[in-house]
Amino acid sequence: MIQISNLHKWFDQLEVLKGIDLLIPRGETAVIIGPSGSGKTTLLRCLNLLEIPTQGTIELGNKSIHFDKSTKLTSTEIVSFRKSTGMVFQGYNLFPHLTALENIIEGQIIVLKKTKAEAEKKARALLEKVGLGDRADMYPHQLSGGQQQRVGIARAMAMEPEVLLFDEPTSALDPELVGEVLKVIKDLAKENMTQVIVTHEMNFAREVADQVIFMDQGVVVEKGTPSEIFQNTKNQRTLQFLNKVAER
Amino acid sequence: MFSNQERIDRIIGILIDSFFPILKAGIQFTIPLTIITFVLGLILALLIALARLSSVKVLIVLAKFYVWIFRGTPLLVQIFILFYGLPSFGITLDPFPAAVIAFTLNKGAYSSEIIRAAILSIPKGQWEAAFSIGMTKSQAMRRIIIPQSIRVTLPPLGNSFISLVKDTSLAATITVTELFQKGQQIASVTYEPLWIYIEVAFIYLIFSTVLSYFQEKLELRYDKGIAK
Ligand SMILES: Nc1ncnc2c1ncn2[C@@H]1O[C@H](COP(=O)(O)OP(=O)(O)OP(=O)(O)O)[C@@H](O)[C@H]1O
Ligand SMILES: [Mg+2]
Repeated sequence: MIQISNLHKWFDQLEVLKGIDLLIPRGETAVIIGPSGSGKTTLLRCLNLLEIPTQGTIELGNKSIHFDKSTKLTSTEIVSFRKSTGMVFQGYNLFPHLTALENIIEGQIIVLKKTKAEAEKKARALLEKVGLGDRADMYPHQLSGGQQQRVGIARAMAMEPEVLLFDEPTSALDPELVGEVLKVIKDLAKENMTQVIVTHEMNFAREVADQVIFMDQGVVVEKGTPSEIFQNTKNQRTLQFLNKVAER
Repeated sequence: MFSNQERIDRIIGILIDSFFPILKAGIQFTIPLTIITFVLGLILALLIALARLSSVKVLIVLAKFYVWIFRGTPLLVQIFILFYGLPSFGITLDPFPAAVIAFTLNKGAYSSEIIRAAILSIPKGQWEAAFSIGMTKSQAMRRIIIPQSIRVTLPPLGNSFISLVKDTSLAATITVTELFQKGQQIASVTYEPLWIYIEVAFIYLIFSTVLSYFQEKLELRYDKGIAK
């Protein structure tokens, strides 16, 4: 479960998140949609503390952090919180000096202190799961974008996070490679992995989401089931956004 | 004609006689001096680079000050201060250790800038990916950033290594009988400076060519995992 209450983020004078409240129950997949600059990436980055929120509360599993002006997190607190989240990046961000397998092993050994054998066993199983069992020893530059992103998902999964965060996982991909990545995410949703996904793929959102969240200008304008948002919304801003996306 | 032939024979004789003594001085002093100071300089450089990239104000200032001093003054002057200057504080160093210290301090300053630039050249996304799997800053530095930086540092560090081979000739000024000093000694007794110094140049050329070859090998090895 992940609960966000009254979350604010300022960059200097610019308020990018203006009091976000969200509840994502365990095992559910939430999809965040919204126009460019609405704060979607910033929200995800706040959830794994790549950005430190200015104010508000984040609860994740049994951990809870409250932020305000006087909050000074130690690096131990930050790291312990981050271990509960996995992040999948738009640009994959695989480690280029390590093979696919080593990318997935690294965190298990360095952070989770597993033995090499344990870590490798898990890494191989995850590669199999994302359909790359035969690519274990390839370096990132030898893989297609879709394959790299699937390794990215496996790397995040290897840490056994409470929640997986995806920031536009397919927007850097050629159209014909999008499907293979979305399939992996759908499978994870079916297995009741808790996921928060920022995407511009509306059909995918409709299919995979338990909850759709529409953000604009730093606020959550509307949230609900896919049919509530995509078919039955009465909200003018949501309608406007969906129409604009449909035109493309 | 006859006297010309005699002169050529004499020069060839001198060159042959002096080749191995000069080469030996190179193997005995130039090469060890180069390798020792390069390795020590690299360790020092890494520490200085990490200090400059840290978030501790005092460390940053100290590192900057250090680099400022050693990059802003001539190496020859640094060597002289160490060898001829320190005795007035009661610190007397033998020529070879003095040379090692001077070159290390100097190389450390230059190489730290190379290392710092390489670390800064690694995209922010690599740090974030490391953080996202729960690494601390120092784990990310050690496991993700530095291994990738090494590849970036190899060409400039290789160049600085080869220029160090040649810079060690400055140790002659504090009586280390390295390659150049040996050449000087022989030139002054044979009165054939032109030919002896050409021979000296040739031996330096052999050293730097061999080292360039290893540098290339090393660069190739570290190119794995990187798209061309
Ligand atoms: N590090 C930063 N410093 C200053 N401003 C920032 C920073 N990061 C984001 N912003 C600003 O915050 C706002 C929201 O950015 P964010 O990247 O979260 O939007 P987004 O919804 O993800 O947009 P997109 O769909 O284009 O990815 C933008 O106005 C952006 O310029
Ligand atoms: Mg974004």
